[in-house]
Amino acid sequence: MYTEKVMEHFRNPRNVGEIEDADGVGEVGNAKCGDIMKIYLKIENGIIKDVKFKTFGCGSAIASSSMATELIKGKSIEEAMELTNKAVAEALDGLPAVKMHCSVLAEQAVKSALLDYSKKNNIVIEGLEDFNPDEDHHH
Amino acid sequence: MNKNIYMDNAATTPMKKEVLDAMIPYYTEKFGNPSSIYAQGREAKKALDESRDKVARILGATDKEIFFTSGGSESDNWAIKGACYANKNKGNHIITTKIEHHAVLHACEYLERNGFDVTYLDVDEYGMIDIDDLKNAITDKTILITIMFANNEVGTIQPIKEIGKIAKDNDILFHTDAVQAVGNIRIDVEELNIDLLSLSAHKFYGPKGIGALYIKKGTKIHPYIHGGAQERNKRAGTENVASVVGLTKALELAYENLDEHNNKLKRLRDKLINDITKNISHTKLNGHPEKRLPGNVNISMKYIEGESLLLSLDMVNIAASSGSACTSGSLDPSHVLLAMGLSHGVAHGSLRLSLGDFNTEEEVDYVVENLIDIVARLRKMSPLFENVKEEE
Repeated sequence: MYTEKVMEHFRNPRNVGEIEDADGVGEVGNAKCGDIMKIYLKIENGIIKDVKFKTFGCGSAIASSSMATELIKGKSIEEAMELTNKAVAEALDGLPAVKMHCSVLAEQAVKSALLDYSKKNNIVIEGLEDFNPDEDHHH
Repeated sequence: MNKNIYMDNAATTPMKKEVLDAMIPYYTEKFGNPSSIYAQGREAKKALDESRDKVARILGATDKEIFFTSGGSESDNWAIKGACYANKNKGNHIITTKIEHHAVLHACEYLERNGFDVTYLDVDEYGMIDIDDLKNAITDKTILITIMFANNEVGTIQPIKEIGKIAKDNDILFHTDAVQAVGNIRIDVEELNIDLLSLSAHKFYGPKGIGALYIKKGTKIHPYIHGGAQERNKRAGTENVASVVGLTKALELAYENLDEHNNKLKRLRDKLINDITKNISHTKLNGHPEKRLPGNVNISMKYIEGESLLLSLDMVNIAASSGSACTSGSLDPSHVLLAMGLSHGVAHGSLRLSLGDFNTEEEVDYVVENLIDIVARLRKMSPLFENVKEEE
């Protein structure tokens, strides 16, 4: 039921782990629903220099996290803000309909980490003014 | 180990060669319709009659009390709806449990929408009902008690004889979904005071799409499929003779070799439980420590999610199942594990390994070895495991 790309990212997930002195950390989801994603960002001069993730969840949740980190690594904050769940799913050659929420979670985890970064640095990131990951996450 | 390791025998079992061999003639040269008067028809009828008699004897019943169906779900639906509608002049109350198979739960929910009241009994942390709860739930409107013999997910075996006695003493019909028990436990319907019992052939190395319902003589029950006179006017449709022969052969083999089967499975089961819980931290055995099916292992691997566990096992050719929501197509994890008091998080990380006659000790070792690595890898990825110590 999963594409070969999903399975490949599940078997060999990119960027697994933590960043000890991360500039932004975002965690979304909950154990009740069966998936939690945590994303760590290292940001220098507006560029995402490094990104790591940890995920508790199904195969597509792990693959979506992996793909999302790959898509934003080395990109600017503005570019990372443009990451949509659709882009994550497409990059994985598609997700089963019942698993689309995993890609939503990945997008939210990235935004949540960026929000944390903006708060720590007292800056405003365009598009995050009204972002509330807890509110948006329902599936 | 290159071959596939199948440890999902509670889902279905491979058919035994002897069973297939017994069935084949009834697809080819002995293909007649049992209702036909000529030689081929009589031959098929004879096979049907002999099968019914053999099945009856194994269960301590008589041939007139065995009705062939398409499987466990049909038997459950027939028993519950057929008995309730036929006895609704006596009352409209049903007692069941929160851990039944969906064939029972959804049949009960259907009846709830059609004027019946249902009590869903709680279970304890081992998945066992409390007999006092059952006694207290009985009212003068209770017409049916339907409680599974053994649970498909956690293997817990209910006190069926006691339940049967209570039902009998209160003049209430007792149905048991014995789909997981048949082939693993010796069953005498008379001794256990069972009025209705469901079974399914593919759980004991028989074909899929065939099962039976035992209906005690004198039980008021409506027909399930209206039509021809087959199955004593209660379940119309040309009989699936080859599958009936297969079911019977599989049942005979299961009970001829029951002690051997049970001893082997229990030994492998206990080894699997011991080796997993000893070698992997933060694990919890789900189900009853003793009163459980010989082949059932159900363990929660805390801090990881079941589907990623199953995918990882599949990558090393191990077939297993989980109570995780992601594997069920719904958002909630197993209703059985939740009824037993597990948190959603822990229920999502449950793993069921169900052993069968074809599993070996080498396979158990291979599964444990791989499971140790897989759980470690997934936990390393899990944000829930960050602040947890391995030794805890």
